Amino acid sequence: MSNTVTNVVIAGLGGQGVLKASDILASAAFRTGLNVKKSEIHGMSQRGGSVASDVRFGDEVLSPMVPRGEADFMVVLATDQVEVNRGLLRESGVLICPDQIDENAVSNRRSLNVAMLGVLSNHLEIDLPIWLGAIKANLPEKAHDTNIEAFKAGRNATRDAR
Amino acid sequence: MVTDETNPAERLLLSGNEAVAKASLDAGVALGTGYPGTPSTEILEDFSRIGGQAQWAPNEKVAMEVALGASFTGARTLVTMKHVGLNVAADPLFTAAHTGVTGAMVIVTADDPGMASSQNEQDNRRYAQAAGVPMFEPSDSQDAYDFTLRAIELSERFRTPVLLRVTTRICHSKTVVIPARTVSAPQKPEFNRDIKSRVMIPAYARPAHRRLREKLTQITDWNERSDLNHTIKGNDDLGIIATGISYTHAREAAPEASFLKMGLTWPLPIKTIENFVQSVARCVVVEEGDPILAESLRAAGLAVESKPEPYRFSELNVSRVRRILSGDTSDDPPAPRGKPPALCKGCPHRVSFEILKRLNCIVAGDIGCYTLGVLPPFEAMDTCICMGASIGVGLGLRHVLPDEEARRVVSVIGDGTFVHSGITGLVEMVYNPPRTGHVVLILDNGTTAMTGLQEHPGTGRKLDHQPTNRIVFENLAKSLGIERVEVLDPIKDAEKFERILTESLKSEELCVIIARRPCLLAAKKIREYEQQFAEADIHE
Ligand SMILES: Cc1ncc(C[n+]2csc(CCOP(=O)(O)OP(=O)(O)O)c2C)c(N)n1
Ligand code: SF4
Repeated sequence: MSNTVTNVVIAGLGGQGVLKASDILASAAFRTGLNVKKSEIHGMSQRGGSVASDVRFGDEVLSPMVPRGEADFMVVLATDQVEVNRGLLRESGVLICPDQIDENAVSNRRSLNVAMLGVLSNHLEIDLPIWLGAIKANLPEKAHDTNIEAFKAGRNATRDAR
Repeated sequence: MVTDETNPAERLLLSGNEAVAKASLDAGVALGTGYPGTPSTEILEDFSRIGGQAQWAPNEKVAMEVALGASFTGARTLVTMKHVGLNVAADPLFTAAHTGVTGAMVIVTADDPGMASSQNEQDNRRYAQAAGVPMFEPSDSQDAYDFTLRAIELSERFRTPVLLRVTTRICHSKTVVIPARTVSAPQKPEFNRDIKSRVMIPAYARPAHRRLREKLTQITDWNERSDLNHTIKGNDDLGIIATGISYTHAREAAPEASFLKMGLTWPLPIKTIENFVQSVARCVVVEEGDPILAESLRAAGLAVESKPEPYRFSELNVSRVRRILSGDTSDDPPAPRGKPPALCKGCPHRVSFEILKRLNCIVAGDIGCYTLGVLPPFEAMDTCICMGASIGVGLGLRHVLPDEEARRVVSVIGDGTFVHSGITGLVEMVYNPPRTGHVVLILDNGTTAMTGLQEHPGTGRKLDHQPTNRIVFENLAKSLGIERVEVLDPIKDAEKFERILTESLKSEELCVIIARRPCLLAAKKIREYEQQFAEADIHE
């Protein structure tokens, strides 16, 4: 069964938009008609501590938490959080971190979270219009343009590299 | 997942908290009350956002009493709180179980196994048994939606308060919800006198207790026949009885096993459980927290296995359930050591703890963002127990310490916490003043920051940020007869702050210092709310 479920962990520090990114990813997967579960602990995230969020999607998802060592993808927004979370990734899993995109490609650093989803999108079978719909549904209108731009920057920066 | 093809319901991705809020709105809940506390806070916020009437009470006890009063009219009510909140509301809970309700009262108790954001690890399933109220335990957001509706039905049918026991993972995980279930329309609120049911003098409470036990017997029979507990047939070698989030972990850990998934977990449908236990060779109870279900089943003579002791602590997950099933009691692999939280840069609380540290105070602390004053670089907090305890604990220290040391004791409490349960502490200080006086420092940052910036009676705004009456702490303290009351801005008046605290400690009088400056994250929002209000005022 685990072959039919895709496991993604998004990690970073409070204030970086980890939860927003996982909301957008969960929403995109949900829009494809799949079963989705998303889970996180966000008690103290406001105060700058570590935050991680799990998103799982497939035909049938049971536990909302990605078991340790079973993440297919790990998106880390803060470089110093890579080692902390490495154990979550499966051996053949894909690590996605900020140094994979050109800093100048993302004009607004606050949209780094969405830019990283752009990188992730190259690995997932979710169509661009669905991604854009999910971004719009999870962000206020005034943030749409910057975030869509950031998403595309992340997506294009790594499109050939995969 | 199956949908009714002729009436395809909408399909939603909701957190458990959002699902409870939506179900409450769909069921016509007339009033939602509660007190903020992770992981329950978003339920009332969401209920309000989608159009329900929701309000924060000063604390959980008051919240429950307000809902109880409303439910005596036949109305449907919702009360929300975190696990420790139910300790505060335990007094009305136990007697409300005796009186019963006329409409519906669903009490959400949100436990926090693993203590992501709590001061203790407590399993509130025990309250169902102790108070004698039925309890539902959802396993995902679909359950959270359905069980809220079913809790309302059960509450009305048996005229009893009902507990909806959720945990952090249920509250904050998003899963797919198809809101297909419906309930009958609510009654119109009206007052019908029923003294013998609602006035709990001993003469009326004695029969009320008997009625309560009788009700629980009826609910047990009802639960035996209900579809809330269902069996999933797997192989006969291994049967797993699971509740709440543990059910999802266990299904993943042992997909081939037979399952009894329980929804209404108190009172226990013992016959249903017995049939299941007899149908399998080995039966394991997989439950998070205390081994409550396993102990109850063993007490009833059922041969079930419980989890080993180490699994009492913290959350369960798929790997831990695998280890429970294989009897592995070796230590858990170390959890990733992330960056701990810290007070924001520029947080007004920082100055207070720098000064407390410099003055070498003995700090009876309290609960909120400011509890982070215990960590480096401040390390300026000596106790933290439960909301409001700073004042009582500080007074206790003052009463018995030698005068030299007693003079160093300060009670430090946030504005939200002060309203929740600090006011009675202040009354105690006035009533039983220590020989050396005392100093209470209220850190008034204009919000309940810790739980995500909720309003409280000291902010002058309601749950939906609309203006209301404001409790003014300095006036309150003065009205109690406390003469030394100072209000200052901890950042602008930092020097004065240090001087006043030093003088207060020396004075041997009763002193209240209010350090007032908004939380950084709240400041901008507060300005917006005030602006909106000012504009609305002009247009009136
Ligand atoms: C009985 C109880 N209810 C709720 C909570 C959750 N809680 C923790 S701290 C806190 C209040 C914090 O507000 P405040 O005192 O204003 O301090 P701040 O976080 O703003 O610094 C609450 C509601 C709790 N710990 N105990
Ligand atoms: S959220 Fe507000 S009160 Fe809490 S640490 Fe940050 S600035 Fe301070």
